[in-house]
Parts: sequence; structure tokens; C-alpha cells
Amino acid sequence: MELTLAIAIGVLFGSGIWLILRPRSFQLITGLLLMSYAVNLFIFAMGRLWVDQAPITATADIDPAQFADPLPQGLVLTAIVIGFATTALYLVLMIGARGLSGSDHVDGEEPRE
Amino acid sequence: MLLASLVIVPFIGSVLAALLPQDARNRESSLAIAVTVCGLAIGGMLLPQVAGGEVLREEYAWLPAQGLDFVLRVDGLAWVFAMLVLAIGLLVVLYARYYMSPADPVPRFFSFLLAFMGSMLGVVLSGNLVQLVVFWELTSLTSFLLIGYWHHRADARRGARMAFTVTAAGGLCLLAGVLVLGHIVGSYDLDAVLAAGALIRGHELYLPALLLIALGALTKSAQFPFHFWLPHAMAAPTPVSSYLHSATMVKAGAFLLLRLWPALAGSEEWTLLICSAGVCTMLLGAFIAIFQSDLKGLLAYSTISHLGLITVLIGIGTPLAIVAAIFHILNHATFKASLFMATGIIDHETGTRDLRLLSGLRHKLPITATLAIVASAAMAGVPLLNGFLSKEMFFAETLLVGGDRNWWMSVAAVVMGMFGVAYSLRFISVFFGGPRELPRDAHEPPHWMRFPVELLVLTCLVVGIAPGVSIEPLLHIAVLAVLGEQAPVYDLAPWHGFNLPLAMSLVALVCGVLLYVVLRRHFALQQRERVPLLHRFNGASAYEATMQQLTRAAEWLLQRIGTRRLQQQLLLIMLALLLVPPLLAGAPPAWTAIPQQDFDPFFAGLWAIGGGCAVAAAWMAKYHRLAALALVGGTGIVTAATFLWLSAPDLALTQLMVETVTTVLILLGLRWLPPRLEAMATQPPQRVWLRRVRDLSLAIGGGLALAALTYAVLLHPASETIADFFLLNALSGGGGSNVVNVLLVDFRSFDTLGEITVLSIVALTVYALLRRFRPAPESACIPPQQRFAADPANRQTPAEQANSGYLLVPGIYLRLLLPFMGVIAVYFFMRGHNLPGGGFVAGLIFAVAILVQYMLAGTVWVEKQVHLRAHRWLGGGLLLALATGLGAWAFAHPFLTTHTAHVNWPLLGELHLPSAFVFDLGVFVVVVGTTMLMLVALAHQSLRAHRLPGEEAPEDVPADGSDTTGGRKI
Repeated sequence: MELTLAIAIGVLFGSGIWLILRPRSFQLITGLLLMSYAVNLFIFAMGRLWVDQAPITATADIDPAQFADPLPQGLVLTAIVIGFATTALYLVLMIGARGLSGSDHVDGEEPRE
Repeated sequence: MLLASLVIVPFIGSVLAALLPQDARNRESSLAIAVTVCGLAIGGMLLPQVAGGEVLREEYAWLPAQGLDFVLRVDGLAWVFAMLVLAIGLLVVLYARYYMSPADPVPRFFSFLLAFMGSMLGVVLSGNLVQLVVFWELTSLTSFLLIGYWHHRADARRGARMAFTVTAAGGLCLLAGVLVLGHIVGSYDLDAVLAAGALIRGHELYLPALLLIALGALTKSAQFPFHFWLPHAMAAPTPVSSYLHSATMVKAGAFLLLRLWPALAGSEEWTLLICSAGVCTMLLGAFIAIFQSDLKGLLAYSTISHLGLITVLIGIGTPLAIVAAIFHILNHATFKASLFMATGIIDHETGTRDLRLLSGLRHKLPITATLAIVASAAMAGVPLLNGFLSKEMFFAETLLVGGDRNWWMSVAAVVMGMFGVAYSLRFISVFFGGPRELPRDAHEPPHWMRFPVELLVLTCLVVGIAPGVSIEPLLHIAVLAVLGEQAPVYDLAPWHGFNLPLAMSLVALVCGVLLYVVLRRHFALQQRERVPLLHRFNGASAYEATMQQLTRAAEWLLQRIGTRRLQQQLLLIMLALLLVPPLLAGAPPAWTAIPQQDFDPFFAGLWAIGGGCAVAAAWMAKYHRLAALALVGGTGIVTAATFLWLSAPDLALTQLMVETVTTVLILLGLRWLPPRLEAMATQPPQRVWLRRVRDLSLAIGGGLALAALTYAVLLHPASETIADFFLLNALSGGGGSNVVNVLLVDFRSFDTLGEITVLSIVALTVYALLRRFRPAPESACIPPQQRFAADPANRQTPAEQANSGYLLVPGIYLRLLLPFMGVIAVYFFMRGHNLPGGGFVAGLIFAVAILVQYMLAGTVWVEKQVHLRAHRWLGGGLLLALATGLGAWAFAHPFLTTHTAHVNWPLLGELHLPSAFVFDLGVFVVVVGTTMLMLVALAHQSLRAHRLPGEEAPEDVPADGSDTTGGRKI
């Protein structure tokens, strides 16, 4: 499980790096999406992996060691929603820049070489 | 509170002045006068205590954790300086009322002036060194604003920048020096520092502290070699020059040296450093002043010279020298302020300040001429005027410095006195000679404009003739505060019999007159444009050259190591991310394996799909955007499934909904991107491959690193966190069993409030950006897919397609879906506190429900049916969340404290209603508003764009949307 998830995070992050180094703005947005999955999963994994132990406490009298860590979950939930907002912002910048500059290169112009 | 109000009132006045209307010159000046009089009254109330030698203190907690308090401290020196600032301020404000033209933005002027007054009082009254530096920099800032007041003039901007760079840099040095001093003493409190003089002088860090503090003081007081900023500061309106750049602010340096005299002075380094700077300044300033052709320039250099004199006295550092220094500060303030004001009157009345043009003004301005001549005589040190007294004390002190053999200091003093007489004569030469043609026909100014000058000149006379009764008590208060028990016995009198200082004064007077006559007769002084000998040593051009070099160096550096290319920047960031953390991390902790989850082939299979999707998306993003987007969505769904698998149902739900919305969002954007450019043949294939290999290895390296890091973390036991607190208190404290939700809307609700604010801001930004969006010409027309003539659907609007066209069946189903999805959203919202769900998820579900209708029947149709004003959702949601938070105040609890009410409802039984529920409702509303605002704004671009069909668009295709409300905004 742990190894699988670690490899998965690595694959997502690597694909993200590859994409953000590409010249087209759409590649960049795709790369950012993949990277945000990787980073969200990474932060989530900081609470360690728990199966069938969702942090829902039916009674007040509980043993905290029997539940998944709610803190990374709260942080990641926030991160997911903010990630959506920044993706939207980036998208609008992307199409706006393309409208202004006529190019979808990340620098706003085709390379001169 | 009395002392605090002394500092605060000017700042309040400053804010009020800024709010007054543009043409309210009288109200502005009355306000400023009221503020100043108020300050003077407070000062007057303090006098009995201060005169009794008492040190008044007020303390307010500032940074208690750092041992810093906001201390206001008034002793004799501070009191005298504060009264000087206020009294001259009052006269300047009165004068400025008449000086400023109605065309000038007067509110700004008085606002800045009052802010300066407050900062200066802050410097003077600070009982804490760090606080003093803060106010010190504030005076630099307000001085900058005032010099640049006429910011349409290049010389004003240049002068302001120069003054600010020099004095603010000095202020930073001062801050460093103060920190060193605080380190030595162990406290920043002024009383503690003043009491620790012996400790400071004996400390090994004494020299650095002294150097840094002296740098601060010397830059502020325009001492050599930093004197060059002051003449350029004369671009300020004359009341400002009179107030800041001669009477008060430039004295702040001298004030600081006096203030810290008990702590720092008494060493050889002190005398050497301060004296040599002072001597150079006083000679240089006086010499250059003779050859100025601008009246204000002359006064500026003369101010520099007099500041040099004061600095020399402080450097000499004997008790009597300190008395003379304080005395001269007061005298200089009176005669120089009046001279500046007289210059302002001349400028105001004749339209020029050029000494080469002005002549014979005594005919037109007889009273002003008399006043200015008396004030110049005080500046030159003519007997029976105040300047004479302090100058004579200065001469007496210089005699003592070198003992019997070394006379250089006395010679320098006499030479300086001689130059002073010469430039004073030069100044008053404008009143003599025959009248000349001038830009304006001059006549005497309004009486109240001249009144401040009259008062100041009268002071010069009174102090000069009867110092014992006029200035002595005041001086004594300040001297006692600086010197304490060392306060010497001195006798202020215009006549001490024939002695050496008197002889020096006479020599200076006679030689000065001779020098002036010789220069005027034989060296054409009246029409000279350059300073002889010294014109090459121009501090200002050195400063400008340095600045230019700095700019060039920065540009060079930017060109060498900077880039505007995003790819390079990201490459560097990624490289740093890969290489820097291993350098920073220490040795890994010992390997204590914890029980692992069992390997699950299904989970591995899931991620084989997810990882495959990611890699494929990375590949396809270049060739097929839609495919890449679908693949990324696949990864997203696998991520959501992972959250579900690993005990995070809330995350899974949120991820799933965000995934949906993001995909729709990007789909809407894809339309505006250009087709792929075929590979350009211009680049040699080796370079392309080299770059790809480089990027690929970086990608693989980064992926491996993060994977390794994750795995390493997962093998180690978790450290103690506050998670247990949340788990234990969610139900009992927060009233909900879903800990993640309670965390978001209760424990960390302030965080969430910030988050929904960010969401709203982003949504509004997206909306605003899209309003100005101009698509590229080639994507503005209707896309070819919609122009396919054989397809009957392309002649129908989306609404027709859904109501009667080929989308009829899905149309019926999807419209039925709306109420169901609404109910689901309500369901997830309601149960959120106890089971997976909550405002975020419910908001996204609700947004998707509406989105489906948009996708089905088109923007125009949906908006005909419902008016969804997303802006109002945003505002309403934020208000709701904020009101919930503020509601806690009504019950005397901190912001955002929650409460759970248990209500017995008929039929439903007991319901518990946490106030966090209302907060969550705010979150829900904001999320719906954000999503709708962004997506609908993006969707509307197609409508707008269709209004320009483009050249290739066949004419028989109706431009959908153009016949309806078309440009209507959501």
C-alpha cells in the first residue's frame, strides 16, 4: 500500500514536472493539475495511511489512535478547493494571453531562434 | 495620555486635513493651526514639571514578547525641542496659508506637514531607541513627500529621491547602531542606555555602534560628505524648506547626538569623528554659500554650515560646548526660519529668487527688507543679535580645544565666521542698488504672511539684547537634561568685556566685509555661476553617478543571471527543489518501522490506471488537448478513489466534484486555444533532443525524490500532533462527529473564512479579466464543427436542440435531474456536521446541478428561466459567514466562537443547531457563487464572440445568441 502510493505520487509529480517545463500554456495547466494531485496526496500521506478508520467519532468517549488523522484531511480539503480557484485563474490568464499575444507559448511569443 | 496625545493629535490632524476638499485653504490652515496650538497648550501644561527637572514617562505595551514598550519620555531637552517644533510649526502653518497658491493641492500639503510634525514630535519624545528610529524614518518619509510636493517638476522629484535615499539609508545605519547599542546595554530603553555610558564606552562594540549612529545623525543633519542632499531639497515649497530643512528636521541629527551624548560622548573617537565632519561641513558650506545665485541655495548652504558649527560643538563635547550647541540650535532656528520666509515673500512677490536679477528691493518691500536685514545680521553674528551670542560661545570653545599651541580650530572658526559675514552681505544685496525689471511688480505681502517673520526677528533681537531673561530659563531646562550634574555655570550676556572671542568676532566681521567687497569688485561675484575651486567636487553628481552605476550593475546582473523566459525559471525552481532540500536536511532519524498496510492488488491496479493516465496525459498534452484533459480527469478520479480508500470520505467527495467542475471549466477554455504549430524546422534536432533529455531526467529525478520521501515518511511513526485534540473534542466541543467538517467550520473556521474570501476574490478577478477578454482573431469566428452544413442541428440554437431537436430525450432526463441534485446537495449539506459532506461539497454539487442545465440548453435559455446573480451569492455568503463570526461578540465571546443550541421541535424531536451550521451555509453559498460566476462568465465568451462571425463563417448560419439579449452579463 505505502509503496504503491509513494510510487503513484512520484509518477504524478514527475509527469507534472515534465509538463510544466513544456512551452505551451495548455501543457503547463495540465502539469499544474497533475502536480497538485501529487502534492495533495503527499500532504495527505503525512497523516499516514488508514483503511476503514474515517475520522468520524460517533461517541465522545473514543481512543484517538483508532482514527485517521483529520488534520491533513482538513488542510487538503482546503487545498483542493483553492486549487480549483487557481486553476480557473490560470485558465483565464492563459486564454487572455493567447487573445492578446496571438500565441499560446508560455512566454507570450514564439521563440526567436 | 497627555504625552501620547502630543504625538497622536498631529497625525489625526493629518488624516483630517487629507479629507478636506481641494479648495478649502482657510479650513486646512485653521485645522493645522488648531492642532499646533493644541500641542503648544499640552507642552505648556508640562512645563512646571519639566522645569523642576522631572522626567515624565508614559508606557504602552508594544512588543512585550521582545521587551519593547512604546515609551514617551519628556525631559528638558525633549521639551525644548518639542516646543521648538511646535512653535516654528505654528508660524510656518500661518505663513503657508498665504504662501500656497489656491491652484496647489493644499489638503495634501497640510496633511504631509502635520504628519511630519507628528513624526518629529515622535522622534523627540521617544523613550525607546527602536521607536525613535521608527519615527526618524517617518520624518524621512514625510520630508520626501514634502520635497516632492510639486511632483510635476523634475527637480522636485530628483531632490526628493536624493534626500530620501541619503536620509533613509542613514536611518537604516542608525537602526543597526541602535540594535548594537541595545545589545551592549541589554535594553532599548533610553533611561537604561543613558545610565550605561561607562559600560558602552568600554565595550568592544563601542566603535561600530558609534560609527553607525553617527552615520544616521550626520546624514540627517546634512554633514559632509552627505551634505549634498540639502540644497536639492530646496525644490520643496518654501514653508517646507523653512520648517524641515532649516529649523527642525535637519536638527534631528544634532538632537540625536545630544540625546546620546551621556551614553556615547567622552571618547577620542567621538571627538575625532564628529568634530572633523563638523569642521569640513561648516567651512565647505559657508564657502559655497557665498557663490550661490539662488536665494534658497544660499540659505541651504548656510544652513549646512551652521549645522556643521553645531556638530563641531557637540563633537568638542565639553559641558559649555553642549550649552553653546543647544543655544545655537535655537538661535539658528529663529533667524534661519525667518530668512527662509523672507525669501519666500521675495519669491512670491517678484516671481524670482535669482540673486543675479534681484536688486533694489528695499524700495518695493521696505518692511520685509528691514526684517531680512536684521535676520541676516543675526546669521552673520553681529552684536546685539542672538547669532552673535552663540557664535561667541563657539569661538570661546574652539580656543580651548587645541590648548595653547594648536590654533587650527580657532582659525577655522574665524574663517567660517568670515564666510558667514560674506554670504549674509550677499543675501541682503538684493535689497540695495537700483530697482530692476522683474517678472512681477512687487509689493508688500499680506500682513499675516509677514507676521511670522516679524515675530521671529523680534525674538532674535530680544534674545540678542536680553538673553538672561528671555532664553536663559529655557536653555537651562534643556542643558540640565543633557548634562545633569555636569551642567556648567555660564553667563549669557551681550557684553563680557574685551576678550579673545570678541576679538575673533570682530576679525570675522571686518574680514568678511572685506572679502565680500573684494569678491564683488574683482571677481564679479554678482554674476558668478560656479563655485570657484570646489565646483568639481559635486556630491550630487557623485550621488547620481553612483545611482546610475548601481542601476547599470543591476541591469547587467539581470541580463546575466535573470531571464524573462518562464521555462528557464521553472527549470531553476525545479532544480532547486531537487537539490536544496538534501543540503539542508540533516541525518535521517533512526529507522523504526511501523506496521504497514497490506499490499492490495486492487489498489495497485487502481494506480496503474491513475499513473498510466498521468503519463499519457503528459504525452498527449502536446498533440491532443481533449484527450489529455480526459486523461487528467482519470487521474483525478483515481485520486478521489484513493481518498475514499484511505479513510477520507470528505476529501473523496470534494475531489470528485472539483474534478467535474475543473474539467468543464477547461473544456470551456479549450475553444480559445490555437491549433498546434507543426514542429519548426529552425531548431537543430540535437538541441531539441538535448532539451528533452534534460527535462525528462529532471522529471524522473523529481518524481523519484518525492516518491522516496513519501515512502520514507510512511515507514516512520507519526510524530505527536494536535490531531488527537481535534478527535477528542469534535463531538463534545464542536457538536459534530465528522471531525474534518468540525475542523473546517469550527476549530479552524478563521482559516476557512480566509479561504472563502480568497475564492470570492479569485472569482471576481476571473470575471473582471474576462470582461476585457479579446479572443485571437482566428478563434473569434464560429468553429468549423458548428459550421458543418450537412448537420441540421447547426441551424438550431442549443435550446431548440434540447427542446425539440436531437437532444430531446437527454433534455427531459437532465431537467428532471435538477430537483434531485438539489435535494442531494441539501442532503450532503445537512449531514455535513456528522457524516461526510458539508458546505464545500454541497456547494459544488449544487453548482454542477445548474451547470448541467447550462450544458444542455445553452446559456441563453437557462438565463431566460432563472436569474442567478452569482455576485450576490458571493457577497451574501461572505456576509453570512462573517455575521456568524461577529455574532459571537454579542455574547462576549471571541470572534467565530461557536455554540450549539439544542432545540425541541414539534414532530422532529430534538435537533441540535450549531452556529457553525450557519457558517457552513455561508461557505456553501460562496462556493456556489464562485463556481457559477467563473464558469458562466467563461461560457458567455462564446456568446460575445459570436457577435463577430468572422470572415469564414457562412452567412446562412444564425449566430446563436445574437438575436437575444446577447451581451447580457450574468
